[in-house]
Amino acid sequence: MLTTFRIRRFNPESESPQPYFEDYALVTERSDTVLDALIRIRETVDESLTLRCSCRGAICGSCGMRINGHATLACKTKVAALASSGETIHVEPMNNMPVIKDLVTDMAGFWEKIRHVQPWLQPTGPEPEGEYLASPDAMNHLTGVMGCIMCGACVSDCAALEVNPDFVGPAALAKAYRFVADPRDGSGSSRLTALNNPNGMWDCTRCMECIEVCPKGVGAMDRIMTLRAKGIEQGVPSTSGSRHTEAFAEIIERKGRLDEPMLAVRTFGLTNFKQMFSFLPMVLRAFVRGKLPKSGPLFRPIPGADRIRRLFRRAKERP
Amino acid sequence: MMTAYEFDVLVMGAGLAGLRAALAAHQAGVTVAVITKVHPVRSHSNAAQGGINAALTDRGDKWEEHAFETVKGSDYLGDQDAVEILAQEAGRDILALEHMGVIFNRNEDGRLGTRRFGGQQRARTFFVSDFTGQALLHVLYEQVMKARLPVFEEWFVTSLVKDEHGQCGGVVAFEIRSGRVALFKAKAVIIAAGGLGRVFEPSTNALICTGDGIAIAYRGGAPLMDMEMVQYHPTTLRGKGLLLSEAARGEGAYLLNADGERFMEQYAPNMMELASRDVVSRAEQIEINEGRGSNGCVLLDCRHLGKAVIRERLSQILEEAKSFANIDLTEEPVPVCPGMHYIMGGMKTDVEGRCWDPAGRWQGVPGLFAAGEVACLSLHGGNRLGANSLLDTVVFGRRAGRCAGEYAKTRPHPRIGDAVVKDEEHGIKRILARPGTDDTVARIRHEMGRTMTESLGLFRDQEGMTLAQRTIAGLRERWNRVAIHDKGQVFNTSLVRALELDFMLDCAETITLGGLTRTESRGAHFRTDCLDRDDEHWLKHVLMYHRPDGPPRLDFLPVRVTRWEPQVRVY
Repeated sequence: MLTTFRIRRFNPESESPQPYFEDYALVTERSDTVLDALIRIRETVDESLTLRCSCRGAICGSCGMRINGHATLACKTKVAALASSGETIHVEPMNNMPVIKDLVTDMAGFWEKIRHVQPWLQPTGPEPEGEYLASPDAMNHLTGVMGCIMCGACVSDCAALEVNPDFVGPAALAKAYRFVADPRDGSGSSRLTALNNPNGMWDCTRCMECIEVCPKGVGAMDRIMTLRAKGIEQGVPSTSGSRHTEAFAEIIERKGRLDEPMLAVRTFGLTNFKQMFSFLPMVLRAFVRGKLPKSGPLFRPIPGADRIRRLFRRAKERP
Repeated sequence: MMTAYEFDVLVMGAGLAGLRAALAAHQAGVTVAVITKVHPVRSHSNAAQGGINAALTDRGDKWEEHAFETVKGSDYLGDQDAVEILAQEAGRDILALEHMGVIFNRNEDGRLGTRRFGGQQRARTFFVSDFTGQALLHVLYEQVMKARLPVFEEWFVTSLVKDEHGQCGGVVAFEIRSGRVALFKAKAVIIAAGGLGRVFEPSTNALICTGDGIAIAYRGGAPLMDMEMVQYHPTTLRGKGLLLSEAARGEGAYLLNADGERFMEQYAPNMMELASRDVVSRAEQIEINEGRGSNGCVLLDCRHLGKAVIRERLSQILEEAKSFANIDLTEEPVPVCPGMHYIMGGMKTDVEGRCWDPAGRWQGVPGLFAAGEVACLSLHGGNRLGANSLLDTVVFGRRAGRCAGEYAKTRPHPRIGDAVVKDEEHGIKRILARPGTDDTVARIRHEMGRTMTESLGLFRDQEGMTLAQRTIAGLRERWNRVAIHDKGQVFNTSLVRALELDFMLDCAETITLGGLTRTESRGAHFRTDCLDRDDEHWLKHVLMYHRPDGPPRLDFLPVRVTRWEPQVRVY
């Protein structure tokens, strides 16, 4: 099968270092992965095509790149699955990190953020003579997160990071979760307090991309949500993020629908004049266009709101 | 102004052995840095799936049994003093890893659980699902971050440097990202750069396993030992050679031939599928050669283990079989064949990782250490047991790190001139300036890989190996002329691959010469023209010293036997 690969190239040493696309047509086999194809291009067509790769088995995390617009591992992506009827396969370096050359990105910032969450076990008390006792379930649960191979796919496609490059990001938060959920670790609450800061766990916008693109099923966003829940549970100081979450749930429970002005007030505080004033232009524009949402006592619960309340009660009763 | 870095101890390689060594040297109270051609968590230690062996006495196990099975597994070529240390210290190291944060699988009572592995009667393999190597590697890297050890990532080491007295003084390397050449001075260098799998094609090994450390030690003056001992793993996927862990058979999976027979009954009636790897791999190949295979493979059948066991304990190979062979292990058996997996040989070291001779003197290069797959103590002799390689890296990585740290405390800083950097820069320029030809690095590498697989694989003979020797010499000639098409400084992976091939050709030469030298069959080295093990003449190691002009100098060293006299080896 003849497949065309449209690869984003970048050579920082060329006279005008600008990224550009180059097409390579290659005969591919059914069993070929995109990595096999890239290596063949490198070996038979253009030796200068630059990428990182090593294990070929989705375990080393070297070949993270964007294929057809989404970050993934080239070694885990089958050519035939993407180009069964001759479609062109687009290959680009990962996003949210600087490109060094062709498909190779600079991951220094990625590792900086991993280090930021102090990713090492911090037990309290004296070391036991033998092993720490821990339930098999707790350990099996952790193997899911330990499956993370630090390929960077989740960071590449994180929507929150695109807007705020200082956000600690899904990989580091999943790593933090691995320690918070480890029964042997004694620093859970101080870890949660640290993650409660700006650019921490409340900056995730829940777009699900990290879950979608993770080649190892780590489920970073789910871990972030658990971190938040644990933070609230353990009473780490409230932030706009945690107040937003709590207010959101309470308003829905009471009215069966969202009271947006109330949500803003509850999240930021009515006496937060600076924040409240900043909403004014938006409120005025909404008013002019007749789109100002109703709020407060004028905004009645929907019919059947009691059934929603029942749902909440049942959810809370569940262990 | 020339860039030079200076540390007491420099570790080349950031897999398990390298990181463990770096941490141990750090604990000895000296300055340590790690230099590695890939980021530490990209290292090939990741690929170790099944587990790590230890005989824990509080579980009714005995270190002597573990040691004996390792010696028997080695076909009595393992040095028994080293094996005893490995088995005695295993438990302590496993617990140390657990305390650092490794999430080993647990029993119902919350204690560490075990599974069975090949060549051993007892379940003494501790594990994290079937990605034990990755779990260990990430935890050791966590500890390196915690200790704030400097790691020079994506630096490619080209050679060892020595001072005017022949004392090891560090390495020369270039930064892949910038092409900048620099000198790294050190009082002690620990080579922990892994194996050489890519010398063969296919191989289970990652693309980075190109024998750099073995070749650099060899060229630097250290002896290589038992290079002919190349392990074939019984369960690899055909084609690319990806590994399916021994954990599958450890959990009870069967090997079947095309007639559906558990053929291991004919070859190893007691241990069946869990005989040592050399025995199982040869049995498979005989089945295939005699027409009882299917499509060059036999079948690995996990179905009777049940979905729950497969999902929980074999999750990675379940995913791998699905992704790379399009087979659901819970529904169908997967075709597997023997594939090149591990080098038992390597740089000769003593039990502290030193490049020492039996009389306790430095041989080759004072101040040079090695640990992990790159090293040859010899622990694994003619055949390594599954789950002993991870153990090797942590036990002897730790010992090498500690010993190098103590050694560095007694030494002055080495005096090395800048000339070595200039020489390296010129060397690289000369390679980049070679005029274009039709030949490519990739073509030479493929030919080397095919030659080695054909002639130095499971079955060897004089004729095939002699032919291979000639072919490799021809490939060396071609390497001397081959052009590099990328002329850039930044991330020039074409250059890196050319230099790796240079190292691999050295490895191929020494493996072939070792194979031709050892005129017997022992462990993984099976010669169809010398079928028997010959303890009278060959209970000894083959050593090779590099000579810049002419073939290597050969030497021999008797195997150290402490308590287990060689016996007939049956499983």
